[in-house]
Amino acid sequence: MSKHVRRQLHLDPTLCDAHGFCAELLPDLIDLDEWGYPVFIAGGLVTDIPEGSAGEAKRAVAACPVGALRLTKHA
Amino acid sequence: MLTHRLLPIDPQTGRARDLRSLAAHAAAFGPLPTPPSAADGHPGALIEAIAEARLCGRGGGWFPTARKMQAVVDSAAGRRQRSPGSRPVVIANAMEGEPASGKDAVLLAHVPHLILDGIQAAAATVGATDAYLAVHRGTPSIDDLDRAIAERRSDPVRVELITPPARYVASEESALAHWAGDGSATPVYGDRPFERGMNGRPTLVQNVETLAHLGLIARHGGAWFAEVGDAQAPGTTLVTVGGRVRQPGVIEVPTGTPVSELLARCGDVDGPVEGFLTGGYGGAWVASEALWSAEWAPAQVREAGGVIGAGILWALDAGICPLHEIARVATYMAGESAGQCGPCRFGLPSVADDLTDLARATSTREDLARINARLALVVNRGGCKHPDGTARFIGTGLTVFSEEVAEHLRGGCSASRTGNSLPIPQVRKSPVKRAGKDFR
Ligand code: SF4
Ligand code: SF4
Repeated sequence: MSKHVRRQLHLDPTLCDAHGFCAELLPDLIDLDEWGYPVFIAGGLVTDIPEGSAGEAKRAVAACPVGALRLTKHA
Repeated sequence: MLTHRLLPIDPQTGRARDLRSLAAHAAAFGPLPTPPSAADGHPGALIEAIAEARLCGRGGGWFPTARKMQAVVDSAAGRRQRSPGSRPVVIANAMEGEPASGKDAVLLAHVPHLILDGIQAAAATVGATDAYLAVHRGTPSIDDLDRAIAERRSDPVRVELITPPARYVASEESALAHWAGDGSATPVYGDRPFERGMNGRPTLVQNVETLAHLGLIARHGGAWFAEVGDAQAPGTTLVTVGGRVRQPGVIEVPTGTPVSELLARCGDVDGPVEGFLTGGYGGAWVASEALWSAEWAPAQVREAGGVIGAGILWALDAGICPLHEIARVATYMAGESAGQCGPCRFGLPSVADDLTDLARATSTREDLARINARLALVVNRGGCKHPDGTARFIGTGLTVFSEEVAEHLRGGCSASRTGNSLPIPQVRKSPVKRAGKDFR
């Protein structure tokens, strides 16, 4: 895999139900707000995934019970 | 300068003329040239004229209309499937979601055929076979509009009148496309209407003022349009002027007209005014002295700290407590959440409750800090910009009226009168779950 690949995690806020698994798996990237909803620490609804966290990000996508998370890869 | 393009004035009465009948409309504006279309090989001619006009969308975003229409054309051209069910759609937005706005209603009541001309021109340009005119349920002019549409039997594209529920976010463009397709007026996250709008079709959603301008550009061209107004966003525009002015109402002015002149057109302010609300409940408050000399054009109003949005200028009576007004509107906006996104559904009501306490002068410094922290937390996290606009309305208000905030933290209030100023249609409870039948 080339190191120029940019992985991003996308959150659909209209689907998210505050189950919080994503923040457990990616604590460096995701906080939970006072109502239990994920906050991307870098802001917004799309966040860059560092190389070392790609596995956890995939697991977070699979763990989200409502399919609110999506991963994209751009060269 | 008095320039009446969209709303011709009767010299006798000084009021906008009633051009609801097709005959009166044709006599006032002249015939609509057959819009260039895909059939005659020049579908792009009108887009070129709009680009030359530098027409920007009057629904609130002031996005270049030519670019938006081109995006619909490109999205349709890029599709492999060309069945009628995937052809572009035009939705004319006359929802008037902002409670303090009156311009859509004025256009519908005086020049419905100019809007319908714009719809025909837009439909021909993007190759749409279906077009809709969206007015909120309960709009008084519905029968007149039915009649106007029925008068135009020879139009190439049939226009259907649709009536989504009168909810604040129902006028957001993805919500309108959603309603037209699936009958639910909730915003849709992710898909952009020009790519995947109504039933997945490329969808052009345009405010009816924008479409009325289009009806004139189709007649007179882009250079004519740009003859008046601000250099970056030329033409005329409608402004709803309200609050503490002698003659509140909707006026048509060239963009770039100084705010002081807009107010003079409405009989001037009628007493002391410390702050103006610009752009509506998703807009921004500006201190009087900062706005007074500014020109009413997107960049200049932004520089003064405001936002034109759908063209709302509200002079808040200095005798009324601004924090009371901010809390009322915040409570209304919290109740207008579609209940889909956590920060909107939980964040807005919690801020509105704290603002209500602040307005009652029962808050502490910590309470104020919590308001500000939560405002920062609701921005950029919703499926649509409802929380962002609401946060801007509240945040700018707390800054512009910071002296009043300080007074309230001391337990006082300097309002000389009680009472309400800003119009609130109906306050609903904040949704505890996703929007249900009241968005259908
Ligand atoms: S796991 Fe899914 S539902 Fe749970 S907080 Fe994360 S995105 Fe939301
Ligand atoms: S931000 Fe609020 S209004 Fe917008 S989609 Fe989410 S819940 Fe609905």
